[in-house]
Amino acid sequence: MQPSPELPSRRARSGTGWMVWIGVAPFFIFAALFMLLPSFSLLVGSFRDTQGHFTLDNIRSLFTPSILSAYSISIRISLATALGGGLFGFLLAYAVTLGGLPRWARDALLTFSGVASNFAGVPLAFAFVATLGRLGMVTVLLKTLGVDIYEIGFNLYSFWGLSLTYMYFQFPLMVLIIAPALEGLKREWREAAENLGASTWDYWRMVALPILTPSILGAIILLFGNAFGAYATALSLTGGLINLITILIGAQIMGDVLYNPGLGYALSFGMIVIMALNMAIYYVLRRRSERWLRR
Amino acid sequence: MDRNAHAPLRQRLLSWFILFLGGLYFFVPLIATIDFSLRARKGVLSALAYQRVLSDPRFASAFTFSLEMALLTVVVGVILVVPTAYWIRLRLPQLRPVVEFITLMPFVVPAIVLVFGLIRVFSRPPFLLTNSFTGTQILLVAGYVVLVLPYLYRAVDTGLQAIDIRTLTEAAQSLGAGWWVIITQIIFPNLRSAILSGAFLTITIVMGELTMASFLVGLKAFGPYMSQVGQNRAYEGAALAVISFALTWAFTMLFQFVGRRALGGDQAFGAR
Repeated sequence: MQPSPELPSRRARSGTGWMVWIGVAPFFIFAALFMLLPSFSLLVGSFRDTQGHFTLDNIRSLFTPSILSAYSISIRISLATALGGGLFGFLLAYAVTLGGLPRWARDALLTFSGVASNFAGVPLAFAFVATLGRLGMVTVLLKTLGVDIYEIGFNLYSFWGLSLTYMYFQFPLMVLIIAPALEGLKREWREAAENLGASTWDYWRMVALPILTPSILGAIILLFGNAFGAYATALSLTGGLINLITILIGAQIMGDVLYNPGLGYALSFGMIVIMALNMAIYYVLRRRSERWLRR
Repeated sequence: MDRNAHAPLRQRLLSWFILFLGGLYFFVPLIATIDFSLRARKGVLSALAYQRVLSDPRFASAFTFSLEMALLTVVVGVILVVPTAYWIRLRLPQLRPVVEFITLMPFVVPAIVLVFGLIRVFSRPPFLLTNSFTGTQILLVAGYVVLVLPYLYRAVDTGLQAIDIRTLTEAAQSLGAGWWVIITQIIFPNLRSAILSGAFLTITIVMGELTMASFLVGLKAFGPYMSQVGQNRAYEGAALAVISFALTWAFTMLFQFVGRRALGGDQAFGAR
């Protein structure tokens, strides 16, 4: 944008070459110390035994039934709440943006979503115990109506109970991400489609959904990561009794399970790998859908 | 409004129904928690649990401790992010992808993994920090800065986009201003609302944070304190949850109010 002849004069005024880099040095030093070094140490640690020699034992120890099941439960909870929260959040966002509701409904929903998406961890767990715990308000209310939810197999401290709790911050996040995208759909596109004889279904299938796909995929992947890395909510709700990968790592840090110090590294390494894969899928999918959009 | 009037009745009813379900999901746990927190005295509604919580000296100390950590996080985060974002925009645009990648790290490295790594690296020389309370506080603030980096960087970068930093910088330079004056007296004031919205979000995230706080400083912080109270005393735990929710609400409203102006209606997570 700027005419190039100006560049030399500016450069001359504030030093050349490496001097320019001093401006960003604090940020990169911080990133190296508190982000890259910790991650790198976990990576190195997961391939090293107690004597400091290279080993694959730590990684191999991940492939035991209890740890594999922790990964599996973590992934399934994240998938369930990302898809469930994504769907419900999408419907909610659709209802208040294009569904014919008054403007205040949209503003109220966005405000509530902002609050709820930040409401996680310890207080959220307490709130759900007060609601759906054995003496929770809804549990008791349903019992007086003749339905004992604990009798018919519900348990707040299990997979579905935890998923239901996670949903409290998952679907609001979806609303926050997807509402602006839905509002970005131009009315002219719909009118143009209708003029060409498209039905509502045709319009959604061939115009709106392809446009929204990158946003929806991005949002769902973000929700997945959001649930996968969650620790505080699960710990406070279940007291650490649910076999999640984050809970296992927490136990390793506290030194509950000292029989294998390398295991904590390997668990963390596995988590980073899954999160990185998650982000990589996001980029591939997004690039693909963008390429498709351009055509 | 125009578009709303055209939506068919059936669709509008369906929309109301979905919104009703969402409202139910949002409000029922809140009502249940408030109700529960008022039942500390058997048979009657009372504010006993709140009185007990508020008169506990550990409540005040844990609360102020976490607030201090939050404010330190804001200060350190702003000092790190503002000059960097400014410099990247002005002189080193080729570094933008690298910096953006770094700020998105928390989406790849979850808090529990980061705190594990921090403890491992900083519990042995050459960077021994975990042996002193000041050291663990430094680690905690650093961890929090990493957690809020995506939002803070985005807020500041969007704020910078809205002002013409190149012209402002050149104008300041031609009047003889140095870099210190430019950053502190021209860039900072212009980013006031972006920084403020980042600050509110930081306070919201840090105040009840459990994962990093429990491993680094333990019960001194508000999140671990809440967790411990809730394990032993259910009513007081519910009261703390209500207080914490009120705080989240207040700071999110402030964030949205300031942020709407700073980010032009954009949310912390952009759709594109």
